[in-house]
Amino acid sequence: MYSEKVMDHFMNPRNVGEIENADGVGQVGNPKCGDIMKMYLKIENGTIVDAKFRTFGCGAAIATSSMATEMVKGKTVDEALKITNKAVAEALDGLPPVKMHCSNLAEEAIKAAIQDYYKRHGMDWGEGDVCTGCCDSCHVEEE
Amino acid sequence: MDKQIYLDHSATTYVKEEVLQEMIPYFTEKFGNASSIYSIGRESKKAIEDAREKVARALHCQPKEIFFTASGTEADNWAIKGVAFANRNKGNHIITSAIEHHAVLHTCQYLEKEGFEVTYLPVDEYGMVSLEKLQEAITDKTILISIMFANNEIGTIQPIKEIGRIAKEKGIYFHTDAVQAVGNVPIDVDEYNIDMLSLSAHKFYGPKGVGALYVRKGVKLHNFMQGGAQERGRRAGTENVPGIVGLGKAIELATRDIEGYNSKLRALRDRLIKEVLEKIPYTRLNGHPTQRLPGNANFSFEFIEGESLLLMLDMKGIAASSGSACTSGSLDPSHVLLAIGLPHEIAHGSLRITFGEENTEEDVDYVLEVLPPIVERLREMSPLYEEVKRGVKNV
Repeated sequence: MYSEKVMDHFMNPRNVGEIENADGVGQVGNPKCGDIMKMYLKIENGTIVDAKFRTFGCGAAIATSSMATEMVKGKTVDEALKITNKAVAEALDGLPPVKMHCSNLAEEAIKAAIQDYYKRHGMDWGEGDVCTGCCDSCHVEEE
Repeated sequence: MDKQIYLDHSATTYVKEEVLQEMIPYFTEKFGNASSIYSIGRESKKAIEDAREKVARALHCQPKEIFFTASGTEADNWAIKGVAFANRNKGNHIITSAIEHHAVLHTCQYLEKEGFEVTYLPVDEYGMVSLEKLQEAITDKTILISIMFANNEIGTIQPIKEIGRIAKEKGIYFHTDAVQAVGNVPIDVDEYNIDMLSLSAHKFYGPKGVGALYVRKGVKLHNFMQGGAQERGRRAGTENVPGIVGLGKAIELATRDIEGYNSKLRALRDRLIKEVLEKIPYTRLNGHPTQRLPGNANFSFEFIEGESLLLMLDMKGIAASSGSACTSGSLDPSHVLLAIGLPHEIAHGSLRITFGEENTEEDVDYVLEVLPPIVERLREMSPLYEEVKRGVKNV
């Protein structure tokens, strides 16, 4: 049911762990929903130079976390904010429909980590908090 | 990946060679329709009646009380809807449990929409129905009690004999979904006062696509399928002769030496449970410690999610299952694990291992070798475990 790429990122996840003195840390999801993604970003001069994650969740949640950390590395904060859940899923050669919400979680985790970075630097985020802690906020099923 | 160990016998079993050999002629040269009067038709009819006798012997009932169906699910649907609609004049109340298989739960939910009232009895932390609560739930409108013999996920075996006694005293029909129990637990429908019982062949080394419903003589039950005169006019549709033959042979083999089969499975199960609990911290056993199916072990590993555990076990050649939401495609973990009081996050991290005939001590050795490092690896990835290790979160 999973693509080879998903299985590769699940069995050999990239960037597992945490970054000490990270510039932005974001956690989304809720143990109740069955998945939590915590993302750490190291940001220098507006560019993401390192990313790490810890995830509690299914195979797709772990694979999308791994892929999302790979995708944000080397990108500017503005570019990283434009990464969509669809782009993460596509980079993994697709996800089964019932697992699309996992890619949502990855997009939200990137945003939450950058929101944290904004807050630490007194920058205006503008919108409300990324994750409300409610399962349905991340688990928007996509066709 | 060379090693392949199948540890999901509650999901389904393979068809035993002896069973298959008995079935094969009924696909080819003995293909006759059992309703036909010429010889190959009569031969099919005879094969069905032989199978019916074997099922009756296994359950200690009369052959004419056995009706073949296409699945355990069909048997459950038939028993519950059939009794409900046929006894509406007596009452509209049904009692079942919160941990039934969906074949029972969803049927009851359907009946609620049709004007019936259903009590879903809660269970204790081991998944056991309380007889007191059952007594309290009975009203003068209660027409049916449907409680599963043994639970498919956590393996808990219900006090069926006592439930049967209560039902009989109150004059209420008692149906039990025994899909997981047949072949694992000795069953005597008279001794247990069971009025209806559902079973399915592919859980005891028979083929898929065939089941049966036992209906005690005199039980008022509407037909589920309308059509021809098959199954004495009670269940229309041309009989699945090879399937029925397979079911008959399989139940004969499965009930020949239940105690021998049980003691073998129990030894594997008990060793696995003991050593998993010893080797892996933050782990609990789900289900009753002793009143459980002989081959069933169900664990919850905290801080990890079941599907990722299954995927990693699969990469090591182990086939097992989980009550995780992610394996069902819904957001909620198993209703059974929630009913025994597990918090959502712990219910998401469950693993069910169900042993069968071909499993050995070496299989248990292998699970004990590969499972602990997989759990540890997933925990190392989990932000929840990180919090525990740092002492942020109390367990």
